[in-house]
Amino acid sequence: MSFLQVQELAKRFPGSVAGTTVFEGVNFAMDKGEFVCIIGHSGCGKTTILNVLAGLDAASGGTVIMDNREVAGPSLDRGVVFQGHALMPWLSVLSNIAFAVKSRWPDWNRIQVQLHCQKFIDLVGLTGSEHKKPAQLSGGMKQRVGIARAFAIQPKMLLLDEPFGALDALTRGTIQDELVRICAATNQTVFMITHDVDEAILLADRILLMSNGPNACIAEVVANTLPRPRDRHDIHHDPQYYRVRNHLVDFLVNRSKLYQTGEIARPATAPLVQPGLHGGAETESPGGHKPVNVVNLRH
Amino acid sequence: MAASLRLKAAILSVLLLMLFLAVWHVSTLPKAGASVVNPEYAKLVGQQASTGQKSAFPTPSDFGAKLVEHVRNPFYDKGPNDKGIGIQLASSIGRVLLGFVLAALLAIPLGFLIGMSPLVYRALDPFIQILKPISPLAWMPLALFTLKDSDVSAIFVIFICSVWPMLINTAFGVASVRRDWLNVAKTLEVKPVRKAFTVILPAAAPTILTGMRISIGIAWLVIIAAEMLVGGTGIGYFVWNEWNNLSIVNILSAILSIGLVGMLLDFMFGRLQKLVTYVE
Repeated sequence: MSFLQVQELAKRFPGSVAGTTVFEGVNFAMDKGEFVCIIGHSGCGKTTILNVLAGLDAASGGTVIMDNREVAGPSLDRGVVFQGHALMPWLSVLSNIAFAVKSRWPDWNRIQVQLHCQKFIDLVGLTGSEHKKPAQLSGGMKQRVGIARAFAIQPKMLLLDEPFGALDALTRGTIQDELVRICAATNQTVFMITHDVDEAILLADRILLMSNGPNACIAEVVANTLPRPRDRHDIHHDPQYYRVRNHLVDFLVNRSKLYQTGEIARPATAPLVQPGLHGGAETESPGGHKPVNVVNLRH
Repeated sequence: MAASLRLKAAILSVLLLMLFLAVWHVSTLPKAGASVVNPEYAKLVGQQASTGQKSAFPTPSDFGAKLVEHVRNPFYDKGPNDKGIGIQLASSIGRVLLGFVLAALLAIPLGFLIGMSPLVYRALDPFIQILKPISPLAWMPLALFTLKDSDVSAIFVIFICSVWPMLINTAFGVASVRRDWLNVAKTLEVKPVRKAFTVILPAAAPTILTGMRISIGIAWLVIIAAEMLVGGTGIGYFVWNEWNNLSIVNILSAILSIGLVGMLLDFMFGRLQKLVTYVE
């Protein structure tokens, strides 16, 4: 049984006649240590799915089971990095992280808390800024504190809600590298929302593609077959890169809207595709992957 | 640039003060030319007043002399109707602080409750809306009747006028704590009491302090009127008593000291407000 199982998840808002269904029939699973990105246009309910996983929002139907337990509310087992960093502006960097650490281990003494916080401040490269207030930090540094805070409670799973959306490209790249490094070091299970196709290819093991909302669903699951370790600087030299990228962009631009109109049938279970390996006998396939499984594209 | 602006402003302030003093001085100058008066009358009321040469309104120098007198000996006590201005101010400040602290003890926890619970908010809103606009002095007779003590009644009036701004600001501050911060607390499974003290209180503190600052200002306005009614001690009573004594110069001293104390109270709360304010 998978570490995380999402079954028949749905979110509906009661309305005058039939109400609005944001998404329904969302099924997916995640293994321990897996990095999954979810991509889709605004309004498809990505953030709602993440909030349901976090326990901050209740679904209208379906279940989420993590580590053999149903998710029924917020928990220290799931760390969240919020879109707008959500740091408390009256606390220093250290105190913001200490707030989380003290919640996780209430019995620890001050020295233990301090040492643990320092470890994660060092990990995200904020050594020397411990006593600064969030207002004194740049956007990228704030988001790093948010990441350090989420990692510091050592959750079983990490939920990232488009954490780099507000950052400039350069800062984003640096923090992405750090995230890759930290995830590799800690074997963290991560579920992340992103709008950035390149970010998904760099970070994810699998990418969930959502059709447009309302009535959204998970249309496809793309296995990211690019070998690890991936490097932001030369990942685009990999022959698989543009095949995966084109597939994702093509989905977002052309196909994501066709599920609403019924031009493409909503799949009961989202098919797993490996566009990186598609048609490419010249590409050495990373060992242990299932045979190529490509859906019929209708255009 | 900023320093020179400050300097210019200070010079202008001093000039305005001097202009004000000059106008005051000129308008209270003794009138020239002695008018003919009955010598018997002059014997009775004093030479200057009988001729109408001296204004009944004190001159700036009269006022200055009186001020020096007050500052030299602020705490003398020569019986119930003749106490130093320092004693009067101290008893007024004491009443204001006591009423204000009692109000804060009620308003801040209750405001927390209202801010956190939409149910309590809706239930209490009609009462607050009706009670808030009532002039605190309207409560005075009721307070005198039920509490049967003029001093306690004055404190009650301060209490009732300080309660509303603190209550409303606390409720507003607590209700508008950013969702994100509450979500952080939720995902960290923070217990309600810890959440109240470590997330909601610091987040709402600037708004709460604003309410406290408004309250102390109103309390200081109201205490003067309240003390005119209840009598006994206090700067408000002093003003009224000096009106009965027709001592304009003492009234002026009291007015100046009321202004100074009010400014000081506001300055103190302004400082406190700065301490808890955070930059987002």
